Amino acid sequence: MNKQSEIVRQSLKRRYRKERRFRVLGLTAVSVGFLFLGFLLGDIVNKALPAFSSTEIRLSLPMDRGRLGLPDDSGIDAQMLSQVDWQGLIRKSLRQQFPELRKRKQKKQLYKLVSSGAEFELRDRVAAHPEWIGGPAREFWLKADDDVDTWYKLETRVSRISPLQSEILETLERDGRLRSVFNIGLFTHGDSREPEMAGIRGALAGSFWTLLVTLLLTLPIGIAAALYLEEFAPRNRFTDFIEVNINNLAAVPSIVFGLLGLAVFINFFGLPRSAPLVGGLVLALMTLPTIIISARAAIKSVPPSIKEAAYGLGASRMQVVFHHVLPLSMPGILTGAIIGMAQALGETAPLLMIGMVAFIVDIPQGIFDSATVLPVQIYLWSDSPERAFTALTSATILVLLGFLAIMNALAIFLRKHFERRW
Amino acid sequence: MTEYPEQTIGEPLLDTPKFATRHVNVFYGDKQAIFDASLDIGNNEVVALIGPSGCGKSTWLRCLNRMNDGIEICRVEGDLRLDGEDIYDRRMDPVLLRARVGMVFQKPNPFPKSIYDNVAYGPKLHGLARNRAELDEIVETSLRRAGLWNEVRDRLDAPGTGLSGGQQQRLCIARSIAVGPEVILMDEPASALDPIATAIIEELIDELRVNYSIAIVTHSMQQAARVSQRTAYFHMGRIVEVGDTRQIFTNPRHPLTENYITGKFG
Repeated sequence: MNKQSEIVRQSLKRRYRKERRFRVLGLTAVSVGFLFLGFLLGDIVNKALPAFSSTEIRLSLPMDRGRLGLPDDSGIDAQMLSQVDWQGLIRKSLRQQFPELRKRKQKKQLYKLVSSGAEFELRDRVAAHPEWIGGPAREFWLKADDDVDTWYKLETRVSRISPLQSEILETLERDGRLRSVFNIGLFTHGDSREPEMAGIRGALAGSFWTLLVTLLLTLPIGIAAALYLEEFAPRNRFTDFIEVNINNLAAVPSIVFGLLGLAVFINFFGLPRSAPLVGGLVLALMTLPTIIISARAAIKSVPPSIKEAAYGLGASRMQVVFHHVLPLSMPGILTGAIIGMAQALGETAPLLMIGMVAFIVDIPQGIFDSATVLPVQIYLWSDSPERAFTALTSATILVLLGFLAIMNALAIFLRKHFERRW
Repeated sequence: MTEYPEQTIGEPLLDTPKFATRHVNVFYGDKQAIFDASLDIGNNEVVALIGPSGCGKSTWLRCLNRMNDGIEICRVEGDLRLDGEDIYDRRMDPVLLRARVGMVFQKPNPFPKSIYDNVAYGPKLHGLARNRAELDEIVETSLRRAGLWNEVRDRLDAPGTGLSGGQQQRLCIARSIAVGPEVILMDEPASALDPIATAIIEELIDELRVNYSIAIVTHSMQQAARVSQRTAYFHMGRIVEVGDTRQIFTNPRHPLTENYITGKFG
């Protein structure tokens, strides 16, 4: 080796040591990141688990017409079933289970164990099976109150459950009349003051309608704007000005768009407050710059050689754009659109401003009905005092994260699948 | 330093040209790229354009099908006529012009579609086929004329980009033939290909001469000598000499031409 090679050899040790240190640092940083992520997810999942199951109490209820209070001969319709005193029947059955409880206070505590919504669930279940009426008594699993739920899951002393109620529940458990099932109501019920009856169906529907409006507005307008700016617009100071403004709009805080929506859409145009239409309009304004920017990048990436080939064959500019540029940039545009939609799904502040923050029980059926969205539902529930709402909040967070993960995975899949080799 | 001739030496003009260009000047912004060029392309002949890099051959070629329209700072002056019609006239539709004057580029650029769809794109665009059967016929004829039919006849649905370089270039030739042009412009069509593929393309050009008039820009003098009947020598934006190919390469009349051919520069 000559002198230079000798110097190189000596410096190698130091260089490799530096690289090793850097690699260790990098790995540590990544591990710490993953650790925090693990903590976060673990905590949320832990808190959310109770919300996915609900506790039920098994009671025997009579089905003969006499005790239901239904006339003997006529047919059964929904109105007649609403007249039946289901709650009375439930309470009677409870008393039959625990005949030793005589005092009024004790009976009240007994009745509180069953959810206040149980009578409506019971009515609906019987309405779906009118053949049960007139037959023998049936066993029904009825939803327990959220305090029972908490007691059953946490297995620690719950202050809202009295010692008497504890005893009753333990007896029920021994008799096999207490069970935990998957809480399908989480996904089928709308919002409710009672946590055991509350579900995210309203918020899911609201999110769906809002995102639908957003998608239908941003996709055509965004793609058309990007195509125009990239392919048709002349290069002058005016178009530069537009480009700078679009980039700036992408950085505006989202709540400002909410204020804009409030002032223009609700006050000036008089659109209904809390409607997915307005929410969608506001989110569309917010997402448009993002979609335009990513669409422009996708359009720019179409190789000019393809366009030259098309021009050379006698295609007009419109034809070059719609036959070649648009189809080839579609994967990139779609990826940008999905990411934009995922962002819009998680937006809370602008929607609060336009009023999608009310307690809404009915499931919205269209874009004009009052609605709320998933992130706002999380916000509302996190405010509530009942312990069970903590679990619901965390469960909804998981559902939201799940949707976001699916949408991002879809974006990645689309990008990989349509990657073209020129 | 040898002076440019005042007028192009040789026979740049023809009696009955397919394409007639007179006094063409091309500017990129303030910089002039082509100076007072006059050259004709005859019917069913191959004209080769040779010269050192950056001397304006491709620029001149792209004037003929108005591909320079897409470059904003490019300005074309002069009289360019296809079959006697001024192609820069306001009433001339560049789209129609490009259906009559096809182009093959230096780097093969098939569309990311199937082989069939590549060739069928042009005819579909201009409505040249009334039904699927006619389209099939046009595709087959074009692929045959491009010398590609036998290699791809049983995989017309395969992607065009999956072919080898030489096959892709022949696909591009088939694609431009399918539109039924009268003139084909080729901008260094074989420069990105290996010698065997190049030989196939050169043979092809000779066969194409039967149906089309061809102008080909080439860096290879051997290629120009092999495929063309007339050759034009470009030097720094001026057409120095034009003549019968054999004469240019064996007995050039201008010192600049002679220097280039004997390899003194370029």
